[in-house]
Amino acid sequence: MAEGQQQHPIAIYFWIWGLLFVLSTFSYLVDYFEFQGYLRWALIISFMLLKAGFIVAIFMHMAWERLALMCAILGPPVVLLLLIGVMAIEGDYTVLTRLDFFGQDTTEFVEHH
Amino acid sequence: MAHDATTAADATAPGLRGLASDWGSDKQAFHVPWGKAMMWIFLLSDTFIFTCFLTGYMNVRASTRVQWPVPSEVFALDVAGTTVPLLLIAIMTFVLITSSGTMAMAVNMGYRRDRAKTATLMFVTAAFGAMFVGMQAFEWTKLIVDEGIRPWGNPLGAPQFGSFFFMITGFHGMHVSIGVIYLSVVALKVLRGDYENRGYEIVEITGLYWHFVDLVWVFIFAFFYLW
Repeated sequence: MAEGQQQHPIAIYFWIWGLLFVLSTFSYLVDYFEFQGYLRWALIISFMLLKAGFIVAIFMHMAWERLALMCAILGPPVVLLLLIGVMAIEGDYTVLTRLDFFGQDTTEFVEHH
Repeated sequence: MAHDATTAADATAPGLRGLASDWGSDKQAFHVPWGKAMMWIFLLSDTFIFTCFLTGYMNVRASTRVQWPVPSEVFALDVAGTTVPLLLIAIMTFVLITSSGTMAMAVNMGYRRDRAKTATLMFVTAAFGAMFVGMQAFEWTKLIVDEGIRPWGNPLGAPQFGSFFFMITGFHGMHVSIGVIYLSVVALKVLRGDYENRGYEIVEITGLYWHFVDLVWVFIFAFFYLW
């Protein structure tokens, strides 16, 4: 096998393909059955991470790459968690400030039709 | 080649020449075809772009006092008199996953040097991609014409809904469209036998791009449509 060439049994692709269908159906059902609150968010994020993990690991062959490539590609996005965290805190602060100054009127921007 | 005379001489050179030789003196970090390493690095940069979009969306949705339009209702379809929530988006998701599967098969067939099957599977993948873009065009038309959603406002709630919807799905749709063209070009070259000597890594590299487009949709589906 040539350097860096990825050749794997076709069965594993069919398994992952099927799993992605099942997981997508599950995440659609979360909406269909109108789960709300923390249960909804936990389910959405779990199914999302599972799907993303399978796509990257199997379809994009990351599971079989060398550690150097894994670290170079999967490492940098970790810093994005910091950006997401900081922006979540900032968003909360902004909405509290807005509620403080402008009150809870949620209809002012809605055009009537 | 790492031990030839010029490299050894440059290794002690000062200034810019030294910098260039330190960073580029025939060291290979990634033992994969260079095209694959470059595609991964491009996809890494694309990850940062899409994360910025989704983080901006999160920040705006968290900070508005105005009711955010309910995606489940906005993207519902009427089928035989009943309203099914998110139906079109679910179908689009399945279309994209199907295309990811055919792409994985194409990569496999490429390494088996089965040109006809590889090219066919790539064309099928591109066709599913085109179908996805067509459904997106239908969705945009429905939202713009029927629901009156604009980048600067809409009758359903928070005015930012439109700008984030059009920017995020538009940028993703552009990636899918470019992918369809990219896949078609590579598939034609596979069929013509251009890679018989060079090897079929190119199919895997094209596949990386296509799977990434599917990957981004997983996050858009979760955060924009389901949240």
